[in-house]
Amino acid sequence: MNEKIVPLHQLPIGAFGKVKKLSSQGNVRRRMLDLGLITDTRVESLRKSPSGDPTAYEIRGAVIALRSEEASKILVEIVEG
Amino acid sequence: MGLTNQSTGTGVLDEMFNVQLDSPDEIVIALAGNPNTGKSTVFNSLTGLNQHTGNWPGKTVTNAQGRYKYKDGKFVLVDLPGTYSLLSNSVEEEVARDFICFGSPQATVVVTDATCLERNLILVLQILEITENVVLCVNLIDEAKRKGIKVDIKKLSSKLGIPVVGTNARDGEGLEDLMDTVYQLVQGDITTNALEIKYNEEIEKIIDAISAPITELFDGEMSSRWIALQLLCNDSSMKESLNQYIIDNTTKYTSDDLLSKIEAITETISLTPDYIQDSIVTSTVLMAEEIYSQVVEIHNDKYNETDRKIDNILTSKIFGFPIMIGILGVIFWITIQGANYPSEALATFFFWVEGHLTSLFNNAGVPAWIHGILVLGVYRTLAWVVSVMLPPMAIFFPLFTLLEDLGYLPRVAFNLDNFFKKACAHGKQALTMCMGFGCNAAGIIACRIIDSPRERLIAIITNNFVPCNGRFPILIAMAAVFIGGATAGFSQSIIATIAVLGVIILGIITTLVISKALSKTILKGEPSSFTLELPPYRKPQMGRILVRSLLDRTIFVLGRAIMVAAPAGIVIWVMANIMVGDLSLLDHSAGFLQPFAQLIGLDGYILMAFILGLPANEIVIPIIVMSYMATGSMLELDSLEALRELLVSNGWTWLTAVCVMIFTLMHFPCGTALLTIRKETQSKKWTFISFLVPTVSGIVVCFIVAQSAKLLGLI
Repeated sequence: MNEKIVPLHQLPIGAFGKVKKLSSQGNVRRRMLDLGLITDTRVESLRKSPSGDPTAYEIRGAVIALRSEEASKILVEIVEG
Repeated sequence: MGLTNQSTGTGVLDEMFNVQLDSPDEIVIALAGNPNTGKSTVFNSLTGLNQHTGNWPGKTVTNAQGRYKYKDGKFVLVDLPGTYSLLSNSVEEEVARDFICFGSPQATVVVTDATCLERNLILVLQILEITENVVLCVNLIDEAKRKGIKVDIKKLSSKLGIPVVGTNARDGEGLEDLMDTVYQLVQGDITTNALEIKYNEEIEKIIDAISAPITELFDGEMSSRWIALQLLCNDSSMKESLNQYIIDNTTKYTSDDLLSKIEAITETISLTPDYIQDSIVTSTVLMAEEIYSQVVEIHNDKYNETDRKIDNILTSKIFGFPIMIGILGVIFWITIQGANYPSEALATFFFWVEGHLTSLFNNAGVPAWIHGILVLGVYRTLAWVVSVMLPPMAIFFPLFTLLEDLGYLPRVAFNLDNFFKKACAHGKQALTMCMGFGCNAAGIIACRIIDSPRERLIAIITNNFVPCNGRFPILIAMAAVFIGGATAGFSQSIIATIAVLGVIILGIITTLVISKALSKTILKGEPSSFTLELPPYRKPQMGRILVRSLLDRTIFVLGRAIMVAAPAGIVIWVMANIMVGDLSLLDHSAGFLQPFAQLIGLDGYILMAFILGLPANEIVIPIIVMSYMATGSMLELDSLEALRELLVSNGWTWLTAVCVMIFTLMHFPCGTALLTIRKETQSKKWTFISFLVPTVSGIVVCFIVAQSAKLLGLI
């Protein structure tokens, strides 16, 4: 596996990722798709909540916070800003 | 409308979508859009209704209907819940989808946020699959301009094949144009040629096959393509809605016929529902992306830099929590400090009036008992309710509404989410909890934004642990009069603020502890998936905030308090003046409650005030005061210092005040909240549990506090 591919929750703050795979199922998967998280969507990791979780991401112009449970099921390739 | 409980999964939501037309020529318009696009503002501006708006996603969980006239047309506007998509399985999305699909509105207005158009377009494209009669409203154009985002409205309109109107609903800009466009569309003066999403070949083939029997059924009245898509995604709720529609509207087919026909077709498909769904969504998103790139120009790459900088501070690891507590503290401090003077002035005024009323009654020779009931009972209670409650509310609500308007509440949810997750609760519970600060009944209704029934129940049961409007004045009065001392010195008001803050934090901790306890016992389960949008900060509209918070909240709450307080005043006066043996009825009842009340640091009168205050907590303090005054010396209560003296002469200590504050935070929900819980849960059992949980918690905590203080010799 390409070492530049990580689950979204491991994407460092300030880094950009490109969605490669959604491994969640059912309703959760739908929610992620609704946010526009399809293959090759660019995501920026913005900040972590002071309580440690969730993390806020910029997705298609909107700032969305995802808990690590959801984010861990999104595989992204780390890309240059 | 052909929608029933079965089809939407909830009776409460469904009820609101039954559009009752006043006359047959009324035109039904659906208002759809992503959460937090200013949909409520558009709705309010058009209909003149005061749908409460706030800068956080999921604000409109209850929908509203309003009417407006334009030229010779009478319009009924139905505000649908804000949704990201029409494909998902939440109740709101189902309701929105079913209304647009089966509710047959003559036109649908989709409100979008110009600063976040790309994501918004996904919903627009989905709606275009259902109906062509769509007007797109690109709202927040001014905000976009400020950020250097330019939307080419004309081009967008020609790309989508529907009319597009740019608006700034907050300033009323573009609304005339919007109404005109809707009017023309309904009149047939504008024809649409909506863009159809092209899916990949294999999907298109299947859609064609499934659409055939559906087209036959609906005679082309409905987008069979859309229904086919939904069925393809293995959407059972769509099957139910379709089923219900057939039962209600046609005898031509039975739903079994149709569904088995469709099933026969789907059985031949080798693709998995996930694959199909992915391809459908991917096509939609890519199309939205393409249109977006053609119609939007960003002149300033760093357009959201300011928001990010603010977020860096407000949600920072170091400052996030201190700022949160600080903001809350400042609000309470301003409220406590600022309410002091007007409260006293109002009280002085009301008791001056009372004196005149009394002499008026005496001169007219009215019997003493009538004077007692009306002046000493009703009037005095009302005077108390108004003078104690009005000033804090008139200060607190605008401040709180300001926070809402700025967009701070989702940041609170963001900051606190991990605690809620650890309590196995839903992340949005932080938002419903914040709503509870306004009114618990509103907070309980807001719990509809939580999809999972388990987590929704937890949020409903624990909502009462944040003090509402009705209870804040008790806390503030207790803190100001007793803990901070009656004189309004600077250090005293700080102490009072800390006391109120402490109670709020205790409430939040209790919320988390009880949520966890419920998750481990009667409501077992894991936290469900959760996404939270952090919307851009918005410039608050000061004028509107004042009007809205004064009208919507202050007057509403005060009105309710007055309505409940007036009869309560009579009851108290009568109870205090009907003698059984040597003692009044009031003394007997209080005496009965006394031994138990003392165990938890209260006295019989206080406990009775809470019981009599069931209809509305606002009247608890007036009842306490009334009972003491009716039984003790009849002093003129014209200042906070007098209140303090009255309480002290009735045996109050700082411990009593603390226990009253805790019990205020934790006891049975008020009548309105209980009725709302009954309605929302459709269950007597859960209503009873919602009654029991905070009551038992309050008794336990007060008992521990009171007894430890006594054991430690602090009192």
